[in-house]
Order: sequence, then structure tokens, then C-alpha cells
Amino acid sequence: MENITKRFPGVVALEQVRFEICEGEIVALIGENGAGKSTLMNILGGVHQPDEGEIEVAGQAAKIRSVSDANALGVGFVHQELNILDNLDVGANVYLGREPRRLGLINRRKIAADTRPYLEVLGLDVDPETPLAALSIGQQQMVEIAKALSKDAKIIIMDEPTSSLTLSETERLLEVIHDLGKNGIAVIYISHRLGEVNQCADRVVALRDGCNAGELRREEINHDAMVRLMVGRDLERTPSHVSTRALDSKRFTVSNLRSSLYPNRKVSFEVAGGEILGMAGLVGAGRSELAQAAFGVDPPLEGCVNIDGASLKRGSVKESIRAGLYLAPEDRKQTGLVLEFEIIQNITLASLGSYASRFGLIDRDAERAEAERQVESLRIKTPSACTAAINLSGGNQQKVVLGKWLSMNPKVIIFDEPTRGIDVGAKNEIYKLIRKLAERGVAIWMISSDMEEVLGVSDRIVVMHEGRISGELQRDAFGEEAIMHLAVGGPKT
Amino acid sequence: MTNSIVNFANQHRRETGMLGLLFILVSITTIGTIEEGIEGLFNSMFLTPDNLKNLARTIGIYGIFSIGVGIVIITAGIDLSVGSLMALLGVIFLYFVTPPGTRPDSALARGIPEVSWPVAVFWILVIGTLVGFLHGLLVGKLKLQAFVVTLCGLLSYRGLARFYANDTTVNVGDASQDLSMARKLGDGSLGDVLYGNAEKGMLHNVPMTFIYLIVFAVVATIVLHRSVLGRYIFATGRNELATKYSGVNTGMVIAIAYLIAGFCTAFAAIPFCIYTGSVQPATHGAFFELYAIAAAVLGGCSLRGGEGSIPGILIGTTILIVLRNMVNLMGYPTPLSDAITGGVIFIGVLVDQHGATGFKRLFKRKPKAA
Repeated sequence: MENITKRFPGVVALEQVRFEICEGEIVALIGENGAGKSTLMNILGGVHQPDEGEIEVAGQAAKIRSVSDANALGVGFVHQELNILDNLDVGANVYLGREPRRLGLINRRKIAADTRPYLEVLGLDVDPETPLAALSIGQQQMVEIAKALSKDAKIIIMDEPTSSLTLSETERLLEVIHDLGKNGIAVIYISHRLGEVNQCADRVVALRDGCNAGELRREEINHDAMVRLMVGRDLERTPSHVSTRALDSKRFTVSNLRSSLYPNRKVSFEVAGGEILGMAGLVGAGRSELAQAAFGVDPPLEGCVNIDGASLKRGSVKESIRAGLYLAPEDRKQTGLVLEFEIIQNITLASLGSYASRFGLIDRDAERAEAERQVESLRIKTPSACTAAINLSGGNQQKVVLGKWLSMNPKVIIFDEPTRGIDVGAKNEIYKLIRKLAERGVAIWMISSDMEEVLGVSDRIVVMHEGRISGELQRDAFGEEAIMHLAVGGPKT
Repeated sequence: MTNSIVNFANQHRRETGMLGLLFILVSITTIGTIEEGIEGLFNSMFLTPDNLKNLARTIGIYGIFSIGVGIVIITAGIDLSVGSLMALLGVIFLYFVTPPGTRPDSALARGIPEVSWPVAVFWILVIGTLVGFLHGLLVGKLKLQAFVVTLCGLLSYRGLARFYANDTTVNVGDASQDLSMARKLGDGSLGDVLYGNAEKGMLHNVPMTFIYLIVFAVVATIVLHRSVLGRYIFATGRNELATKYSGVNTGMVIAIAYLIAGFCTAFAAIPFCIYTGSVQPATHGAFFELYAIAAAVLGGCSLRGGEGSIPGILIGTTILIVLRNMVNLMGYPTPLSDAITGGVIFIGVLVDQHGATGFKRLFKRKPKAA
């Protein structure tokens, strides 16, 4: 199948974009956030209808009016946010909406039998009757792919499939993609992780501001070329910087903290003022849970957190915020922002009391002035401070979260996956902001699964494995292998 | 000037739309009830002073508890206990103001002392507020589902009211103390309170309940749309988790919203019981919770939370009351009143969400896949 062309006039997402893919080809679709990648794929997947343009599948003009049309044409879509029901088992998810029936009831045995071969193809060694909730995110992703395969998909679209996978799961997924290609299935792979693209794509198609920005053939693919296509200019590579900051020792200490995920492990570490501590580890190592316990949203079972020698009341977010300990959480949409609120209201939510008069009435002008100050100093791209956060791109949303904390008096900021789902250009801006904060003497605790990020931004790295700190690396010992070694358990203790 | 009106209408689309619906209803009712020799404006039965006064009184009572329920709905909760709570509070209020000998024989009737009516009012407000706060703690702190908590309230308060009144009617008339001031404040007009019943002036057509509603509305508007608490209520309703991550005690915000609802319900319960003159525990205030929810939803509150406004809730209440009045005045059978109310709410919400195409979409068949 080839020659999938679509045109799109006007203000919205896409303008006269052209895209084609051959049988068995693996095409990576790259571009900054808001470049139109998802819109394009949603059109192919039947989620949106194009205003103009034609789609051809296998030489035949096709109209894709709905997701079921797309499925009938052999287009399968694996969404970034998994569309699975974790209260059902694997087989039920794969056959959701087209359950084989017997006497009007669901034929469970047939579902299990039919599901098994797809799981085998994907190398997923689980029983079809396992509940989804019992699987890791990586395995759940495979179930999504199995679902697409079971619908006889000829083209599988994967939107940021690795954004929540561990390194080994990612490796496994890339292998699967490769195998799919060999079996004649075309894969469209959307990703911000250029290393993965480099590893698996036969061709790279870049979009920029809703237009085609160029293509790279297999032999032309490399990091710099891709970045150039995406941003339309040469970008300084993530600078590996040398820290020259004076460290204010023991600004922030965590001692013997036990979080709910690993109730038997106690974790202790410290971060100096002006230091950026990177925390690496595999997904599920308990890093986010530790951060949440320290911040107080998920009260720790034991242990304490100290800022400048003063110990915080356990399990009180209010207390943490008062002491200057802030968290920029992993899931911006659920926990970082009230999405439907304006930028102003998001920025002042945590410090509303300081904009209030004696009677608890909010001084709207002061509030707006502060928000506008943050919009300007963080360079948040938005028509105005009254724009709802939901209308911003991921990078700008993250800046709003930051603005919320910067409008106060930060002493320690915990960043949990600060650039997840954020495009290259905005990533660099976030890194600069993090460094600027450190220069102001703020202690930074940065949790990240992005190797490049951990290595490029941190002054010191601790690695977690199954709820404990398995090792610590100083600047001169930094290296991907060293981190991976510790992330999988490190030296036997 | 016109520009700013257009802008305002755009920003408050829901309220503006519902104001339009209200205008249509009022016009229909006005025109539909014109008869020769009626003393009202345009000879319309709808626009007679007595009818308007009655409307204003009813809107006052319904509006007050609808504001409470609306605030709860904005926190993504629900309060189903309003009507039953009004019955129970009505029974208790009348026990407080009547001599023990005249009450139906029950444990509660024996246990409640006779007090002067202002003290009784005070206790009713305290009890209502505490009940609301209890709902709030159960929902906000213990994370029980609001629907279930207040459904249990709906059942139990009604049951208690009937039990403690022996399922018989309790009358205001049994009181031996002088309730004339209570009557003026509860069921009278501003003119009655200021100048007494003798004269008849303009202010004698402004019911006190309507005055209370205006006070409640002004205070609630300021609290909800201008204060820190109001911002927290909207934020909690929109995204409780993110609000919690900003250091807000969302459980307490929710508890306070139900506390406000309890206070509003208790406040409305007193004039309502004076107005009806007696409390028939099986039917007193029945379905009020649903009228309140309907008013809030009509006025732009989303049951998903985080959306709504006090002006919207007031418009919603007014639409409901005008609708019922219209059914009465235009001679439709009274039992049909709820059916017509339901129909108009449905059409209003459908048109609001989907415009005129809503109907088409409802009945459109999906094209078969190729």
C-alpha cells in the first residue's frame, strides 16, 4: 500500500501534508509537539476526518470515516495513552467489541485460543486469561499490539509507544517492530526518542508546523539530521555541563523513608543546595512513589524529610509547600495542572493565600500580574495568561507547573520526568531553567528515565532498583552502562 | 457597549442561553394567559401582582437550597438529601415552637423542650449545618461516594421524620407562643416586616424569602467567584488530585461545600414550613433535591464538577418555577406539570450542548462501514 496523500487547508493542524508507506516498511514520524503528527495519524486511524485530501490504500481510493472504517482497511492504532481495560483479562482486551459468541454468550475458550498465537508472535509469555492489571506497562503495550494484529492490521500506527517503557522493554518492542516489518506489516512509529528512531526506522518523515519538513532515508538517519528537520535550525546538543556552583551542603535530606510501594525498604540520601541530583532507575523501581512520599501526597510509612535542618511534618503537602519543597509531578495532566483552568489560576493555586485580602477575597490584578511575569520570564508560548492550560503544548504546560513553584520561594524542587512527552526544543529550555534554579541555590532532585537527560543535566546520580538505592555515581563515573548496571541491581549485596 | 454585551454573552454562553429560554417561557405564559378583565399587566393572569408575589416567594425558597446543592455539584458531588432533611428539620422546628402536650407522642417529641422561635431557628440552622458537614466529612475525608452517602440521608431523614411524627401532620397552629413576627419574616413580605400588615404598598409585594435569596446569592457569588475558598471549590471539582498536589486540603474543601448545602437547606426549611403551615412528614419537601439538581444543571453546573455559577443556578430555579406556574395557569392538568418540566429541561440541555443539530444527531443512523 502506498500513496496515502492528504491535504488540509487552513488554520488547523495540517497543511497539504503528504505521507506514504510501503508494505513492510518502518517509517518514523517525527516533529516537535504540535507539528501535526498525531492529527495526521488520527486521520489515518479514522478518529478525525480531513477537510480536504485523498487517502489511497493499496491503490484504491478510500474514505475513512470512523475507527471501524480504518480497522476494515487494515489500519491499527496503538495510542500513547493505552486504551486498555485493566479490569479485564488479556483475551477480553484483544477481542473487545468483537467477542466471539456461543449461544449468545461470550465464548471464553475461543477467545483464549485465538489470542494465544498473537501473543506468541510478539514473544509475550503470558496466559490470555491473565488480568491486565497484573502485567507491566510494557506487556500491556504488547497486548495493544496483539489487538491490532488480531484485527488483521496491515498498517500499525504507534504513538510514542516507549514513553513509559523501561529500557529492556523498549529493546523488546523495537525487536517486535522489526519482526512485524519482516512479516510485511507497515509500521508508523511516532517518537521523540531519536535514539530509538535511529535504531529501527527504514525511513524518517518529519513534520513541522503542520507541513512536510523533509524525509531521511535509512542511510541518512542520524541524530543531528533529524533534529535539524524537526526544528528547522541547528540546535546545540544537550550540553554536558561542568558544575561550578558553590554547594550549600545538606539543604535537603531524606532519611529512612519508606514508601507504600516497597514497604520494607528504607531510603536515605541528601541533596545540597545548588546541586542537581539525578535519580535513574527502571520504571517500577519506586522513584515516583518515593518522591510522592517525601512531598506528602502519599504519606510515607516511616522516615523523615529535612530542609535546612528542620524536619517536616510527615504526610502533609501543605507543610512541604510552606517549607519550600515542591514537586513537579510526572503526570502533568492529572496531578500537575488543573487543565481546564487558566494559566493564571494554575500558577497561583498553590499560593492563593498570598493574593487574598483579609476577607479571603482574591486580588485578581495581583494574581494576573504574577502570572504574566512568569509567562514572560519562562517564555511560555501562549496568546495570553488567560488561556486554559489544556490548550498549551506539553513543554509549555510543564513551564506553567514550574511557574507555579517559581512564583513562590523554592528551596527544593523535585522534578519527576521533567521532559516526558516534550519536544527537543522545549526540552533544552527546561534544562536551562533547571540549571538556573540550581544556580539560585535550589536543591534539585530530578527523577528521569531518559538516559541522555540524566547524564547531561545531573551533577550526581543515584540509581534505584526495586525500592532501594543501588548505587551512586559521581560526575567522573557517569556513563550509560554504569547506570544500567546499577538499575538492574548492581553489585550483589 | 454592544461589543462588551456580546463579549459577556459569549463568556457566559450557558447563562445567556438559559436567560433566553426563560424569556421565551415568560412570553408564552404571559400571552397564553391573557383574559379580559384581569387586573394584571396586559390583562395577563401571569403578570398579576398576586401571581408574581407567589412566584417570587417560591423562587426564594427553592433558590436558597438550590444554591447549596449547586455548590456541592461544582465540587463534583451531589446532594440527594435536601427534601428529606427539610421534612425532618420541619418536624423538629415545629416541636421546638409548640407545647409538648400538642405534639404527636414520640421519643423525640417528648425530648424536645419548647423554646421561643428565634432559639428554634438557631437550633435548626445548627442541626442542618452539622448534618451537611457530616455528609461532607464522609465524602471528602472518608472518600465515600456522594451519591450513596446522600441517598442514605434521603431515606433515613424521611424515615425519621415520619417515625418521630407518628406519620401524622404537625401544625404550626398548635403553637401557643406569639409567632406573628416569625410569620412575617418567613411567609410575609418586606412591607409586612417594615410597616405591618395594615397598609398595602409596593413593598408588600416583595416576599421576604426573595430578599433572603438575594442576600444568599450575593454572598454566594462573592464566595464562589471571588474568594480563595471558591477557587478551591472549582479546582477540587475539576481535578482533585492536581489541587491536592498544590497543597490544598481538598477533603476539607469538599466538607465545607456540603456544610454550606446543609446550612442553605436548613435556612430554606424554616420559611417553607411556615408557608405550608404544617409538616406532613411523608410528603413535605419530596423531590426538592431533584428540583435543586435540575436547577443547577439547567443553570450550567456540570455533574462532572468544576463548572457552574450562582447566576446560572438562579436562572435555572426561575425557569423551573415559571414552568410549573405556566402549567397551572394555562389550565394543563397539574399531574402533567412534572412531565412538562422534565421535557423542557431535556430540550434545554440538549440544545445547549449540541445546538439545533442535537435532535438530528440523536436520530441519525451511522453509515455502514465499507
